[in-house]
Amino acid sequence: MYIHRRTGILILLICFVPAFVFAQNLINLGEIHGNFQLDAQYYNADSTIGAPAVPEKILSNGFLNLIYTKGNFSAGLRYENYLNVMQGFDPRYKGNGIPYRYASYTQEGMEVTVGSFYEQFGDNGIILRSYEERSLGFDNALDGVKLKYNPCPGITLKALIADQRFFFDKAGLVRGADGEFSINDIFSKCMSKYKTRFTIGGSVVSKYQKDQDPIYKLPENVAAFAGRAKVSRPKFDIRTEYAYKVNDPSAINNFIYKPGEALIVNASVYPKKGMSIMLEGKRIDNMNFRSDRTATGNALIINYLPAMTKQHIYSLAAMYPYASQPNGEMSYQGTIRYKIKKETMLGGKYGTDVALNYSCSNSIDKKQINDSTAIQQTGTLGYKSDFFKIGNEKYFEDLNLEVGHKFSKTLKTNFMFANMIYNKAVIEGHIGTSTVYANVGVADITYMIQDEKSIRFELQHLYTKQDEGSWAMGLVEYTTPKWFCAALDMYDYGNEVSSKQIHYYSVMIGVTKNANRIAISYGKQREGILCVGGVCRQVPASNGIQINITSSF
Amino acid sequence: MKKICFLTIGVFLFSFSFAQNTETKTRTIPSVDVQTIDGAAFNTSKISNDGKPIIISFWATWCKPCVKELTSIAEVYEDWQKETGVKLIAVSIDDARTSASVKPFVLGKGWSYDVLLDMNGNFKRALNVNLVPSTFLVNGKGEIVWQHTSFAEGGELELIKLVKKVIAGEAITE
Repeated sequence: MYIHRRTGILILLICFVPAFVFAQNLINLGEIHGNFQLDAQYYNADSTIGAPAVPEKILSNGFLNLIYTKGNFSAGLRYENYLNVMQGFDPRYKGNGIPYRYASYTQEGMEVTVGSFYEQFGDNGIILRSYEERSLGFDNALDGVKLKYNPCPGITLKALIADQRFFFDKAGLVRGADGEFSINDIFSKCMSKYKTRFTIGGSVVSKYQKDQDPIYKLPENVAAFAGRAKVSRPKFDIRTEYAYKVNDPSAINNFIYKPGEALIVNASVYPKKGMSIMLEGKRIDNMNFRSDRTATGNALIINYLPAMTKQHIYSLAAMYPYASQPNGEMSYQGTIRYKIKKETMLGGKYGTDVALNYSCSNSIDKKQINDSTAIQQTGTLGYKSDFFKIGNEKYFEDLNLEVGHKFSKTLKTNFMFANMIYNKAVIEGHIGTSTVYANVGVADITYMIQDEKSIRFELQHLYTKQDEGSWAMGLVEYTTPKWFCAALDMYDYGNEVSSKQIHYYSVMIGVTKNANRIAISYGKQREGILCVGGVCRQVPASNGIQINITSSF
Repeated sequence: MKKICFLTIGVFLFSFSFAQNTETKTRTIPSVDVQTIDGAAFNTSKISNDGKPIIISFWATWCKPCVKELTSIAEVYEDWQKETGVKLIAVSIDDARTSASVKPFVLGKGWSYDVLLDMNGNFKRALNVNLVPSTFLVNGKGEIVWQHTSFAEGGELELIKLVKKVIAGEAITE
């Protein structure tokens, strides 16, 4: 092998340079951290539950996040792969790449972010919220420039201009600004002793999309405005936000020209330690807001309309979850929480937690604008609506009581009962299906075998005459800090069609070591809706082996 | 020529070993804007406990194992604080749908933790949290020395052992 002397020197130099660079940064090279997630499934066709054959046999979704930070600077990226897209996720994700990357720094109260980012205006995100919910395949990250500025304590100003993630592509154009003013911090000199905190804020968001419609003249720039106020005291909280959107004909509202409105009010009181009462109400009218007026499903959503119902976690209680209806709904919810004290008759040795919750969602009042125009008719103002009138159609109702009691150091229990009404035709968009009236009971019992080993039993029952009829479910789970295993069976014994009285059984095993977790499960999964954080996706019936790996460093 | 090759390899090794030696092994709490339970703005870089350890626990009102973990710790938290001075910061990742119910939930449970609201998951993302519950242990110098995902009954016993190790200045090897 012959290397020219000059080349040799060059190689030497190249090698020395990093050594010097490292030497210069002796003190701080910055930090790199990240996480990884891989979900993969092997699919069996199963005609009894309606699981189709998957030609690829194995499908997987994977993610790797990397974040580099050094002082006030940070940069990050996310690699994603959908090879191919798992069942139940939008097939438009197919492929792999780096759809998310950003750089950001903070200097003198000013934070500059370029590239991909997530943002929420206000506590509700009522006109802008970009976020990621991986388990649902939801990601409406914005991609552009974001500025956040704190000119003085108590004032936060934000401005952004960006397009939106559309699977592995981008679409739309979104501009927005938000200001939040914490009165106590602004006037800290004279208000430092105030126990009451006042916060006000306002935001504006506008989107642009070219009008190419051959028939209608559609607005190309659509703006939405929101204002909010919050008062917080040690024993009392109230927060409210109102939003208005100019006319925005879209596929979701059947191309009507009516402006949109939303109002959300939450109030809580805390009469004494271990007790709280919360009341909420909201009205949503024509508030679908997407950067593409033709988009449907979970794509290109700009704002967030939180569902005002309890988020159930037990499988059968979560079988009929509510999702906000952007075209119009009036909802209210109340929750009372009470901790019955220790050493009382009902409290026992450790106390008892009681939570009573009621929520209800109805349609809004909609009247024809004139005799010749149908409600929600394309190209019209759509309908007239009385702001304070609750519509006649019930979308959802849920009355539930949850009681948690620890009997001894080794025996913990949790019981839940729920009575629900679920308007399947509206919530799932299956016109003509009947409303479901269901009663659900759950017993969750944990028994500690040793200090760090426990066995848990879950017994659930759902009674209904509609939809797929009644269900029973049993689960056994053994957990240690290092590993766990579980077996469950969901049995649709009440199905009117006897061939559909199926056992959906599955077994799973997993290991956990610090921030690494691997779980493998085998079995059948029922077709249904999976909802996390107010967004839902349809999960198909499946039969197979699934592996989930998460890791963080 | 061989000499140059050797030298090159030597320098390479040197620069790598140098890089390894200078690399800071510690991990600090990232700076992210969140809210306190009373709705005031709060930057996570201000998390501190007078040189004593801090437990940062990511949770949500809808996460059963999270609530179990925090309920289990709540029973012994007073003792832990007396014994070790440790502070637990419960970071709720409840979003707009349930964030208004966090304070009623916490006060209804009678918890005395410091609670932060990370409504849009910014702090969660900055710490690369995949799943809740996720727990971080921070030493008196503000360095993250341990992290863990998921909760098993009795997991709080392991946690306090680690807190005591941190106070004693022992390295956590797990």
